[in-house]
Amino acid sequence: MTLLSLSNVTAAYGASQALFGVDLDIAEGEAVAFMGRNGMGKSTTVKAICRMLPAHGTLVFDGHDLTRLPSHRAARLGIGLVPEGRRCFRDLTVAENLAAAARPGHWDRARVTALFPRLGERLTQRAASLSGGEQQMLTIGRALMTNPRLLILDEATEGLAPIVRQEIWSAIATLKAETGMAMLVIDKSLAELRTACDRAVILERGRTVWAGPFADLSAETTERHLGV
Amino acid sequence: MTREAAVNAVILLLLVAVPGWALYADEPFTITLATRAVIFALAAVGLNIALGLGGLVSLGHAVYFGLGGYAMGVLASHAQNYTPLMEWPFVIEGTKSMPVIWLTAIVVSAIAALLIGLLALRTSGVYFIMITLAFGQMIYFFAISWPAYGGEDGLSIYVRNGFPGLNTLVPIQFYGLCLALLLIVLLFSALLARSPFGLALNAARQVPHRVETVGLDPVRLKLVALVISGAITGLAGALFADLNRFVSPTMLSWQMSGEIMVFVIIGGVARLFGPVAGAVIFVLLEHLLGGISEYWQVFLGIVLLLIVLSGKGGVIGMLAGRGRAHD
Repeated sequence: MTLLSLSNVTAAYGASQALFGVDLDIAEGEAVAFMGRNGMGKSTTVKAICRMLPAHGTLVFDGHDLTRLPSHRAARLGIGLVPEGRRCFRDLTVAENLAAAARPGHWDRARVTALFPRLGERLTQRAASLSGGEQQMLTIGRALMTNPRLLILDEATEGLAPIVRQEIWSAIATLKAETGMAMLVIDKSLAELRTACDRAVILERGRTVWAGPFADLSAETTERHLGV
Repeated sequence: MTREAAVNAVILLLLVAVPGWALYADEPFTITLATRAVIFALAAVGLNIALGLGGLVSLGHAVYFGLGGYAMGVLASHAQNYTPLMEWPFVIEGTKSMPVIWLTAIVVSAIAALLIGLLALRTSGVYFIMITLAFGQMIYFFAISWPAYGGEDGLSIYVRNGFPGLNTLVPIQFYGLCLALLLIVLLFSALLARSPFGLALNAARQVPHRVETVGLDPVRLKLVALVISGAITGLAGALFADLNRFVSPTMLSWQMSGEIMVFVIIGGVARLFGPVAGAVIFVLLEHLLGGISEYWQVFLGIVLLLIVLSGKGGVIGMLAGRGRAHD
């Protein structure tokens, strides 16, 4: 069953149009890799989904028309965002970051700290004093605390040490295997996305140019649209 | 025990010891001064929820302080004149009962905060300050020009209102009552700051759009904070009117709003005991310097300037070190 459905979505930052026709479908429990070169509209699409940017076209989440909802209502429907750039609540402690976002459901502090044991060791530490990797884990943990049905990870491994990156990918794998949470993953690493996700959607200049299972993604396609 | 907890404990001890000594030494005026400080502290604890936790620079908290005062004045004046407050569609009598008056003050102030907040929270920054100030002035001039409750001259209540089991005209008993309310509200305020609501509000103060991604509405968080804040300041207003047995539009003036904000800033914004320390210091300065010169506020200005320029986060910040980063 389709959880999120975008069709022919357009959006603009003031006078400069950024999205010209994005199509994107995510089924319940499916992990979708959202790919494209820099500046092709991936993060803009995420902003459109999370209602942080006005958008036109069809945006439906679980039967609800997203275009009419304010940002926090979209989040309440079950869209959990891990925004680009590790944006946790810097002035709150780890425990407080998690508590502020908590909503009843499967995910609670115990489960989040089981997924990221490092957070469990630093519950009383202020988020601003954490390392970059830990802040990223906290941001993911915070999104999980809202018990989302769709988790959006926007460049969750960007700028992190390889070992930390590995921890985050293995957490994503755990999420997918154990909870079957739907995910939309934006990342630079094609190899990791291939392992973690079921399907890929490629954007170019604000348009969806390719969508399908990873098995069908040819080297020629990735070469043409992603340059790899 | 952290250093801040130790400083708080000392303040608390002083609030008990000084009036205790005054009772022993038969210095009722000191008790009255302490009562004044405790009531101001209560008003400022209210403002601190909006200002410290929510980052809402409300320059209109005299509205709630004054409405609380008038809630007392109106109810008590009808009771002392044996006239009903209203007869249609149903009869409401005046009352001399403090709990009823407090409840009325809280409800009236909360409603006022809700209405003001709904409009003011559409804006932010300097516009928010101006709108809260504008509402304050509106209600101030309304009170001045409405003759039914004394207008500009204010309203005197001859006998202090009653509380079951206490003789509120005995200064120490009324002081105890005010202190108990302050402690209850401080406890509430501490719990509120640690609750998920308080944490979310704290996060919303710093980065409003970030709380939206976890499904929280920053405007709603701030509105709730303003309502709680106004209600507490309203309660303080009812007590202040009872302390003076008098209420006048001065309680609604923008100078009053400024004073409540000064208490918070002197003591330390967003610090639990900041408003208490600030109100105590203000009342002390007012009393000590007021005896020396009529223009004692010049000295208050200097103290305020030094505290703000030191950048340490008020007196509590100076004594206990910086708290969490605060804008």
